[in-house]
Amino acid sequence: MEELRILSPTGVCGSGFVESSFEQGLAQKPHVIGCDGGSTDPGPAYLGSGRTAFPKDAIRRDLRLMLLGARRLKIPLLMGSAGTGGNDVQLEGVHQLVREIAAAEGLNFKLALIHSEQKKDYLKKRLREGRVKALDPAPHFDEATIDRSEHIVGMMGADPFIRALENGADVVIAGRASDTAIFASVPIMRGFPEALAWHAGKILECGAASVVQRKTPDCMFAWVRKDHFIVEAPDPALTCTPQSIASHSLYENSDPFRLVECSGTLDLTRSRYEAATARAVKVSGSEFIPAQRYTVKLEGAEKAGYQSILIGSIRDPFIIRQIDDWTARLEERIHSRVKMVYGDKLKPDDYLLFIRIYGKNGTMGALEPVKEIRSHELCLSFEVTAPTQEIASTIASVIRHQALHLPIPEWSGLITAVACPYNHLDRGAVYRFNVNHVVEPDHPCEMFPMEIFDINRDSEKKLAA
Amino acid sequence: MTTLANLARLIRSKNAGPFELTFDIMFDDQPTYLRVKRSGMLTREKVAACYGVEPSQVKFFEVDNALAFKASIPRPVVQGDPRDSDGHGGQQYAPLMDIEIP
Repeated sequence: MEELRILSPTGVCGSGFVESSFEQGLAQKPHVIGCDGGSTDPGPAYLGSGRTAFPKDAIRRDLRLMLLGARRLKIPLLMGSAGTGGNDVQLEGVHQLVREIAAAEGLNFKLALIHSEQKKDYLKKRLREGRVKALDPAPHFDEATIDRSEHIVGMMGADPFIRALENGADVVIAGRASDTAIFASVPIMRGFPEALAWHAGKILECGAASVVQRKTPDCMFAWVRKDHFIVEAPDPALTCTPQSIASHSLYENSDPFRLVECSGTLDLTRSRYEAATARAVKVSGSEFIPAQRYTVKLEGAEKAGYQSILIGSIRDPFIIRQIDDWTARLEERIHSRVKMVYGDKLKPDDYLLFIRIYGKNGTMGALEPVKEIRSHELCLSFEVTAPTQEIASTIASVIRHQALHLPIPEWSGLITAVACPYNHLDRGAVYRFNVNHVVEPDHPCEMFPMEIFDINRDSEKKLAA
Repeated sequence: MTTLANLARLIRSKNAGPFELTFDIMFDDQPTYLRVKRSGMLTREKVAACYGVEPSQVKFFEVDNALAFKASIPRPVVQGDPRDSDGHGGQQYAPLMDIEIP
């Protein structure tokens, strides 16, 4: 095989792509379609709760077109990080969407589901063996962290995808996966140089993000060969330049030259980017340094509590000029009123009160270099995170009442200090990321159990895993 | 004397995972990129000072083929924590805009 062609319809399944670009991509006869389905970028709430960042209807629209395209060309469709975080709830949600689409469209295929949710006992065992290692920076991680977690997933490399394809899967829906691994798996399986496979994957995983000027989320196409690869966006109006492709290695990475994967590090120090045509780029010279130990990165989320927020604004220049002092006095009052309400049942450490001041330092907090403000009005977001929604909601009511009438020396008599457009809002459970570590497994697939299903229009039969 | 904001094609910030914040400073052409590079005004130390971290905590890169500088720091607050104000890390670059370049 001299050339392996890969189509990436979009950066994230559910963010959309232009149908004519996708058709153009299919006309270029890809050997595989790959798609990233998630990220940590929307925040810990998705991994923690099992909801999806892009709505189900938006995922269905993209997935349907990809499934129809892949089945028409009889090529594999690979999706990683299904349902945003890739936990079992989200994976099953996407599995059900696949079944619905297959039934509605009368499709038959072999489906592999690859799980990435980690069993707590397994992680504790590896932790005790010293085979869970902290990345930098990392929060403290111990058995109690594992117990507190709602979900912990492992980020799979290319190997579980390859195993699924070797088992005859036509469609692979995987839990959390390295974005690049989705695309690198097939070229690696077919014997193309790993460095080119990973580097092409890095560009493909964001769809058309690496073109000079992206209009909307859209498709990207790669031709991987033995000593280089070429990338081009199927939409003829989009252009890749050597600079736009080189720049893409900067996006959302901490290091633009070294990208760490499970099986090694992609080193772009010697990569060469040349114009292949007016809108395609040829890439060569990238290197891949195999790792001494195979590692799998963990992502986990735990409940931080339940939250209520109150939004208000201040227009009085007397209050604005003493805003830091005013909020400090307000916090004291809130804490003392909460103590009156709950007594010893709720300690100050059991809940978090946080006040953001937009118009002053709402965006950058303590890092804001501009200390002197000239805003004629300020927006305040009062936030409380507590062990239950009821307590959070109660404290939000306390905040409202205390903030409304907190006096200042300039006025005598009862003031109303804050303008509130609406009552406080109950946000439900909120989550935090709690791990930035890697596991050293015995085998690349040990953390990623696979199920295989025979999808026959509206019926599904589970085959041996 | 001018500022980085006047010379760059794009200055941006973004999460690099939930625990790191990364900054990209990108230029349109080689002369402008080299002007900034040779000025010695955009450095690891400068980024450290802008964000109140030690220079040793800053990863700093000059990416010649992309005509870009890149710096990464530990996130001041982990993404999504109750005190985090910028879930995508997208509005943390403003202090870099004012760096003066001769």
